[in-house]
Amino acid sequence: MTSLASTPVLFQRRVLNALFQALCGICAIIAIAVLGYVLWFLFRQGITYFKPSFFTRLPDNVNPALGGIKHSILGSVNILGIALGISIPIGILSGIYQAEANGKLCQIVRFLTDVLNGIPSIVIGLFIYAIWILPYAQKHPGQGYSGIAGGAALGIMMIPLVMRTTDEMLHLVPQSLWDASLALGTPRWRTMLFVVLPSARNGIVTGIMLALARVAGETAPLLFTVLGNEFLGPITGPVDALPLRLYKYATSSDPVQNAMAWSTALTLILIILILSILARFLTRAGKRS
Amino acid sequence: MQTTTCVTVQNVSFWYGSNQALFDINMTIPQHAVTAFIGPSGCGKSTFLRCLNRMNDRIDGSKMTGKIELSGQDIRDRSVSVEALRRTVGMVFQKPVPFPMSIYDNVAFGPRTHQLARGRALDELVEKCLIDAALWDEVKDKLKSSAMALSGGQQQRLCIARTLSVSPDVILMDEPCSALDPNSTHRIEELITRLKNAYTVIIVTHNLQQAKRISDMTGFFLRGELVEFGSSETVFGTPARKETDDYINGRFG
Repeated sequence: MTSLASTPVLFQRRVLNALFQALCGICAIIAIAVLGYVLWFLFRQGITYFKPSFFTRLPDNVNPALGGIKHSILGSVNILGIALGISIPIGILSGIYQAEANGKLCQIVRFLTDVLNGIPSIVIGLFIYAIWILPYAQKHPGQGYSGIAGGAALGIMMIPLVMRTTDEMLHLVPQSLWDASLALGTPRWRTMLFVVLPSARNGIVTGIMLALARVAGETAPLLFTVLGNEFLGPITGPVDALPLRLYKYATSSDPVQNAMAWSTALTLILIILILSILARFLTRAGKRS
Repeated sequence: MQTTTCVTVQNVSFWYGSNQALFDINMTIPQHAVTAFIGPSGCGKSTFLRCLNRMNDRIDGSKMTGKIELSGQDIRDRSVSVEALRRTVGMVFQKPVPFPMSIYDNVAFGPRTHQLARGRALDELVEKCLIDAALWDEVKDKLKSSAMALSGGQQQRLCIARTLSVSPDVILMDEPCSALDPNSTHRIEELITRLKNAYTVIIVTHNLQQAKRISDMTGFFLRGELVEFGSSETVFGTPARKETDDYINGRFG
């Protein structure tokens, strides 16, 4: 009969098991702790000027403490809206192409979008500057920078992210759903539009949200495109954005504006946090149904 | 028994790449009857079923030779639209696959695609299909709720209602009960027996008792070949071939 007593081998395994469990736990805590420290630090520093007037006023150079970042928030929201408007149709349609098409061209497109995803954001900003803003400024001196150009730069950055998510989510849709629709004599386009895309919708929305959260904090591409502004301007001209405002206040010589940089950062983080939670919430709602 | 021929199959062979799955299949399937295909896993019966509504078209590297005629028309003729063919030859799958939409929209999807009805007429069509699929009483008060919330057996009956909604002539069923409990299976079998009055039903099943209970004709597939095809009475009672006899008596498979 086999003995039920512990053996040296079993003991060794238990020790190893405990050791690796502890290691994994410690690493997880370190990862979370960094995030927690950043958030806590930001909160402590940023809360000073985190009050209603901060969101409803423009910067005040005479009395900085009375100023706000209303124009930066509006600018960011508008720029991100344009980025969404550009990246959602292009990203989703090219994602459908990736998921459905086969062959050499498809592989080339996939590779190139990976390359696009790897291009540093500042290069994309420079690209828009070189092909759009500079030529325009040469014809119309003093003009050229605009919120639209900034939105385009962020939109270009989002395209590969949205495309990749769409591609992956469409691949998760079971073949049986395709079959069920095609077996009714439904054309392929109608199957994609009314059966397959709706079942991948939550995943795609989440992916778009995460892509948006990623580009919302981008500073480099905006430096060359929207320029920044002390006032509330139309989207067709130079506008301000949260990352630019953060950079400006952080490098300012005025201690009040230095402190306000933290509040700006807190605002930016909170917007991204809300977007991420919203995205997470949408996936969970999707799983339930 | 004098019957009209619905589907004629001549010398059909089928390949997945270089792998031949069907060898020279010949048969005539009668109209308004239930024809069952039996055989061990991987014998080609599902592949053959999917040839009948050209569901294999999408598989890369697949190839079919031979001829399949539906009411005298070659289904692979260039003048045949695959959408129209699949409307005429509906299909119910092994696992129930409701679309991620409401019960009503599931049934209305096909008629909307083919623009068969709208408004009041569409409501009536949906109701009729759900009644025919023996599901109406259970769902009539929640037509707008998600089809995903139905039980497995209800979902499969919904899929049958969805298939009926585009008024096919032939209904293909690929092991429609294998994912269901005995009670749901019984209801679907009753349904199939009723459906044959108006439709030609072709069913693939692993359940020999089921084939015996509900089918008029039976085909026995083995390793891609149609070993025996005839009335179910003959195939199950006095099979002509030894392989058939061995299979239906549980000596292999």
